[in-house]
Amino acid sequence: MATLVVAEHNNTSLSEATSKTVSAAKALGTDIDILVAGQGASAASEAAAQIDGVRAVITVEHDLLARQMPEAMEATIMALMDGYDTVMAADTTTHKAYMPRVAAKLDTQQISSVTGIDGDVFERPIYAGNALAYVKSTGGKKVVTVRTTAFPLSGDGGSAASESKSVEIGDTGSTFVSEELTKSDRPELTGAKIVISGGRGMGSGENFALIDTIADKLGAAVGASRAAVDAGYVPNDYQVGQTGKAVAPQLYIAVGISGAIQHLAGMKDSKVIAAINKDEEAPIFQVADYGLVADLFKALPELDAELAKIGY
Amino acid sequence: MKVLVPVKRVLDYNVKARVKPDQTGVDLSNVKMSMNPFDEIAVEEAVRMQEAGTATETIAVSVGPAKAQETIRTALAMGMDRGVHITTDEDLEPLAVAKILKAVAEAEGAELVLMGKQAIDNDYGATGGMFAALMDWPIGQYANTLAPGEGTIEVKREIDGGLQTVTLKLPAVVTTDLRLNEPRYASLPNIMKAKRKPIEAKTPEDLGVDTTPRLTIVKVTEPKTREAGVIVETVAELVDKLKNEAGVI
Ligand SMILES: Cc1cc2nc3c(=O)[nH]c(=O)nc-3n(C[C@H](O)[C@H](O)[C@H](O)COP(=O)(O)OP(=O)(O)OC[C@H]3O[C@@H](n4cnc5c(N)ncnc54)[C@H](O)[C@@H]3O)c2cc1C
Ligand SMILES: Nc1ncnc2c1ncn2[C@@H]1O[C@H](COP(=O)(O)O)[C@@H](O)[C@H]1O
Repeated sequence: MATLVVAEHNNTSLSEATSKTVSAAKALGTDIDILVAGQGASAASEAAAQIDGVRAVITVEHDLLARQMPEAMEATIMALMDGYDTVMAADTTTHKAYMPRVAAKLDTQQISSVTGIDGDVFERPIYAGNALAYVKSTGGKKVVTVRTTAFPLSGDGGSAASESKSVEIGDTGSTFVSEELTKSDRPELTGAKIVISGGRGMGSGENFALIDTIADKLGAAVGASRAAVDAGYVPNDYQVGQTGKAVAPQLYIAVGISGAIQHLAGMKDSKVIAAINKDEEAPIFQVADYGLVADLFKALPELDAELAKIGY
Repeated sequence: MKVLVPVKRVLDYNVKARVKPDQTGVDLSNVKMSMNPFDEIAVEEAVRMQEAGTATETIAVSVGPAKAQETIRTALAMGMDRGVHITTDEDLEPLAVAKILKAVAEAEGAELVLMGKQAIDNDYGATGGMFAALMDWPIGQYANTLAPGEGTIEVKREIDGGLQTVTLKLPAVVTTDLRLNEPRYASLPNIMKAKRKPIEAKTPEDLGVDTTPRLTIVKVTEPKTREAGVIVETVAELVDKLKNEAGVI
């Protein structure tokens, strides 16, 4: 049988999350097709065909798929599922919004935010990552979302066949109104090699400029704790944690963040963690490889200057 | 409109989960349990809709053991009208919970179901979408702001790239995100009042729902713990370590 991987894209470009999902799918040892569901998505489809290990790229275009509305995604995938025994997608907000719909229609339990696959056993963190559950399907089709930070890129050089399909989508009861996307020239949080995050200790949105300067020097993405988002310092899409984004960069720098379990859940798989906090008792120091007990308003300008000294 | 809010009893968010030595799950004996925080946000929103006159009746429903009644009482103390308790000692999968919620929503004639985006114990984030599909209703996941209209509801959603606004035709499902509101604390008089509000109890069998699990848990383990590292004295030392010891800058 075969696995259908649903592409993460915005019609004009394909996100790296797609390639990482393909590499998770490879662990199942079946043929892999990619579904590009969109509108005017030929560029995304062409990019998908280059991912290593893919048999075919199926493109379905429809107005309601321009932003991959959940009801329309359910209809599209259900129309294709006869040919597949597994459907897999990244655990981004786009896919998390409709994959449970597909699972319910297939009368199966979604396996959410998988971090490892060994034969037919799926590993997934539960309780904010304080436990790891290993689960197995008892039969039927599988609906799987994957935490892409746990899987490498699949590589390119593939030459998948391309086909277009059309799907009937009736009245879904849902209409797109508008979008306010956070503009940034920095790398995407979930794929960045370096992430620097600020917490409540930053004190204000303006003070995040101290973090931005360093992020720009290092080519890093900027993240935040829930407290910093709730206080309105930064937009919601900056939130790292159990109920925000999971990141696993080479270097994670936590500034003015205490290290609550919900925050740790989203960053403790980073290769190296550095923390700056004025409270030496802050729990973040229990997971940090390098801890600096200091006032961030003094430490961040110093960090900026020290980086300049070594050529940044 | 009639609003239904599913509320789950979970390990309190301040308590660190401990894995049982036999690796069958997380130890829930003698630990503090509370309402799933995202469900508190859903309850708060339902009560506000009632105060604003847009909700005509608000019903809290919980699927779980005898003690889940306390969770329903919390929702009633926050201001909801009445409760439905589907009693089971099994730890049901979201698919089974969604099927139970379908039976309850149909019996009640619910027009809006407000629920949490994720239960902080199993971290599935699946029940809302599953329930919506079983009902063939539209869904607005990760709500940041809600604006009920005539036969519709506008949902501003928190998505990975920022915010997105959609309009859903009612009946519909909305899942809550952290910024939707700040849940109130129940006042003492309201806690007393809640004791007299009705809670109807039923079983999954009464509703004719098959709750057979679709997954088997092979084992549950403790994750690898990270060793605490070193405390550096100066920023210069930090930069030196990151560059020359860790090689990450
Ligand atoms: C349902 C639920 C979901 C949640 N999901 C998430 C999530 O996904 N992500 C998340 O991050 N949190 C989440 N939380 C919140 C989490 O529990 C914490 O409240 C939050 O992470 C705290 O953020 P913080 O560390 O920035 O703030 P605080 O805990 O207030 O810590 C601020 C830190 O800054 C330090 N500080 C202050 N001033 C300075 C200074 N001048 N210099 C240096 N240090 C300074 C202080 O010593 C302190 O350690 C969730 C909570 C719930 C209930
Ligand atoms: N046993 C339950 N009883 C009532 N509501 C539930 C139950 N399980 C899940 N829910 C609802 O579904 C949401 C998402 O849960 P989950 O899919 O398990 O992450 C929760 O926030 C609740 O609103």
